[in-house]
Amino acid sequence: MGQLTSTGKAAVRAAVADAPQQYLTFTLGGEMFALAILNVKEIIEFGTVTEIPMMPKFIRGVINLRGAVVPVIDLSCRFGGLPTQVDRRTCIVIVELNEGDDKHDVGIMVDAVSEVLEISATEIEPPPLFGAKIRTDFIEGMGKIEGRFVIILSVSKVLSSEEMAMLSQAAESVAAGTVAATATE
Amino acid sequence: MDELTSVFVQESREQLASMESGLLVLEHQAPQPDDINAIFRAAHTIKGASGVIECHFIEAFMHKVENVLDRLRNGQIQLTSRLTELLLQCCDHLGHLIDVLEAGNPEPDESLQTAGEALLAELSRNYLQSSDPDPDARSMGEGEASLIAHSVDVLAAGGVLIGDSWHISVRFGPNVMRGGMDPLSFLRYLGTQGEILAIETLPDAMPVAELMDPETCYLGFEIKYQTRGTKADIERVFAFVQDECELRIIPPPAKISEYLQLIKELPEEDMRLGEILVRTGALTQAELDAGLEAQKAASLSEQNQDGDAPQAPVQIGDILVEEHQVVPKELVEAAASRQAQISTKKAADARLIRVQADKLDQLIDLVGELVIAGASANLLAQRSGQTELVESTSILSRLVENIRDSALQLRMVQIGETFNRFNRVVRDMSHELNKDIELIITGADTELDKTVVEKIGDPLMHLVRNALDHGIEPTALRIQRNKPAKGRLELNAFHDSGSIVIQVRDDGSGLPVEKIHAKALERGLIQAGQVLSEQEIINLIFEPGFSTASEVTNISGRGVGMDVVRRNIQALRGTVEVTTQEGEGTCFSIRLPLTLAIIDGFLVGVDKSSYVIPLDMVIECIELHADQTDRNFLNLRGEVLPFVRLRDIFEIEGTPPARENIVIVQYAGEKAGIVVDQLMGEFQTVIKPLAAIFRHLRGIGGSTILGSGEVALILDIQALIQRCVRGEEKALKQQALLKAG
Repeated sequence: MGQLTSTGKAAVRAAVADAPQQYLTFTLGGEMFALAILNVKEIIEFGTVTEIPMMPKFIRGVINLRGAVVPVIDLSCRFGGLPTQVDRRTCIVIVELNEGDDKHDVGIMVDAVSEVLEISATEIEPPPLFGAKIRTDFIEGMGKIEGRFVIILSVSKVLSSEEMAMLSQAAESVAAGTVAATATE
Repeated sequence: MDELTSVFVQESREQLASMESGLLVLEHQAPQPDDINAIFRAAHTIKGASGVIECHFIEAFMHKVENVLDRLRNGQIQLTSRLTELLLQCCDHLGHLIDVLEAGNPEPDESLQTAGEALLAELSRNYLQSSDPDPDARSMGEGEASLIAHSVDVLAAGGVLIGDSWHISVRFGPNVMRGGMDPLSFLRYLGTQGEILAIETLPDAMPVAELMDPETCYLGFEIKYQTRGTKADIERVFAFVQDECELRIIPPPAKISEYLQLIKELPEEDMRLGEILVRTGALTQAELDAGLEAQKAASLSEQNQDGDAPQAPVQIGDILVEEHQVVPKELVEAAASRQAQISTKKAADARLIRVQADKLDQLIDLVGELVIAGASANLLAQRSGQTELVESTSILSRLVENIRDSALQLRMVQIGETFNRFNRVVRDMSHELNKDIELIITGADTELDKTVVEKIGDPLMHLVRNALDHGIEPTALRIQRNKPAKGRLELNAFHDSGSIVIQVRDDGSGLPVEKIHAKALERGLIQAGQVLSEQEIINLIFEPGFSTASEVTNISGRGVGMDVVRRNIQALRGTVEVTTQEGEGTCFSIRLPLTLAIIDGFLVGVDKSSYVIPLDMVIECIELHADQTDRNFLNLRGEVLPFVRLRDIFEIEGTPPARENIVIVQYAGEKAGIVVDQLMGEFQTVIKPLAAIFRHLRGIGGSTILGSGEVALILDIQALIQRCVRGEEKALKQQALLKAG
């Protein structure tokens, strides 16, 4: 009996894993990326972003999300590219992150949001060793959509507050030096 | 843990704290009856509540403690330092018992049990055996017997004696059980509505076995009962058997005549009933004896009577009532004042409401949104140009701002409660260390955010313990050094420049700079030959793994303290500074931001961005004249004032406007100027903490949302200026190196 239930459970689990999951796709610098929809809280139009001084380029600033101050990350910069140019279709995708007991929202800036797609687990390939031109640990997997590969991002890695805090600390100490240098000149 | 238990745990902790502080007060001054009463009330409340939630181990323990306190209250035993010590230990033990309950364990473990038994054994050995003649008996003899039931002696009564208890006398009628009612269930229910302090069963009506009808109820009960309810509430308990039983209720404070009336009316034999009343604690033996004496005399004088039961008691009643007709005036006043106290305490309780902290947070968030929504409505109204609309929205926004202020005020608590905990710590440790130390608390009413208050307790504890152990010298040494024998430890709190400062100051030996230096060398924290200022050396005590205590005592000296202190304070975005004078004392100042609080801000603009400077720090604003040199200082009425351009520090692009302004700020005694483009005036600022990724950001204290919905950053002036100082030093060093190279 016990065996039966456990095999039953395993089957259910397998079915869940196999069931197609929904992904939000968006474009960034002409390329398409995907994000598991469970992480996405909402998508808002790009509005006023308050810049935070002494921060690395990829931290675009903070916005007021109905009373909460939410940081906005420029994904293109985070991947080592140029800062995203704001146009009519620029959006901020609000992503909810769970880090330990801590739950917080982070906004990511994208060129345009495309659509919500279903990709089944069998259609997802492991990330390539190299060649994607972004860090492999940022990639959750490669989803096959209409014969093309789409990079599915690992939100917890890309938006890890631990790592971003470290980067910003480094940026800040550099800034402190340069400011003083200009001041003493 | 169910809700009832968690409420009990919480309330008991509060009662425990008030017991403890009461005991500490008693230690320092002559005991006032009010103080002892307050302690007793706290103990009694815990006991009563533990009974309600059926936590028997706490109930049993508190029962004994309460007995001792009751004797103390009635002046039957004297307060000695040993007794205070013992009672404080009982408080600690009770704290442990509450922990056990909170952890969900059914019973305390063996060691705790033994500890508790040892305490109880000492209590009952030394304080519960009355060696002197019963004080009530004495007072009876003097004709001043208390007519208030609570003066009855505990031991004679064989149970607890609470001043404000009811006496219930119930006789169930023979048909109660036939009617499907179980007398026992009424008593159980009674027990849930209040506390049955003593109960006596009266089986007197029970016939011999062969005549007994198992379906007939023969029982009666004498109950000593305590409840907050009214007489009607008690009557309601017995409502179902109202017609079937005889119920007599004597409300507190009862007069002896009422008891005699009761004895008279009840069918049982007087003598026996008297004993029962003594056993339930309603009467003392002495009172009864006196009554019976009178009764005998009365029956002798009335020889024509048979002296049988129904007649005599009438006389007892009369005699006793006559004897005690004049209630001593003081007693009446005492009773009245006690009642007044109880009612004021109830009123004070009613003014407090417990609210979960996250509900408050939610409210504050909502209010914040309301403010922003209100501001945008205001903006639209102004654009529409309709005067009436503008007027009504401005009234609305003023109201909303008032709501915001009140909502934010809800989270603020006084630091006094945290400080008061240290009374006990100082007391215990000064005993343990054999030092004479007094604790002086100032600024206890300084308010700060609840979350900060919760987290500052541990670092403060470290500092206080360190000060007591290492700071303040042993008494002999103090006398040798011409200092007062009594050491002083001061805890102080005050608001300064938008932050709260908490100081722990002792008048001890101060920090030994050379010893610290030597130790740091030994520990490899610094290199030999490294040039350090005195302050830098002193700051080494905050390094991990540093401790100067030659021997590790059980109080401090493990070298983890200061390191942890600094880390905890930094986690609150605060700083800790130490100033010391060898031989004079040491002062630790903890500076904490008032996170989540409202601050009065001063809004300034650079380019398109807005920044908030805490208004408390702003001294004045002046215009920056164009003819300044490129050096960053100016002449402020003969003073040299260094300044910094916000545009430079924050690397804001764009050209500065023709007219720049300078905001002069003061921080911890230092003055500096901050150059900005525009001055936009005062602004009530709700601090919104920045996300975790910004936690290393120095110079920005947080953010706030402007009426337009935009986010503005709040400047952390101290960090900003330190940053400039450090940066400039670094840059100059680099330049020097380049030149040398």
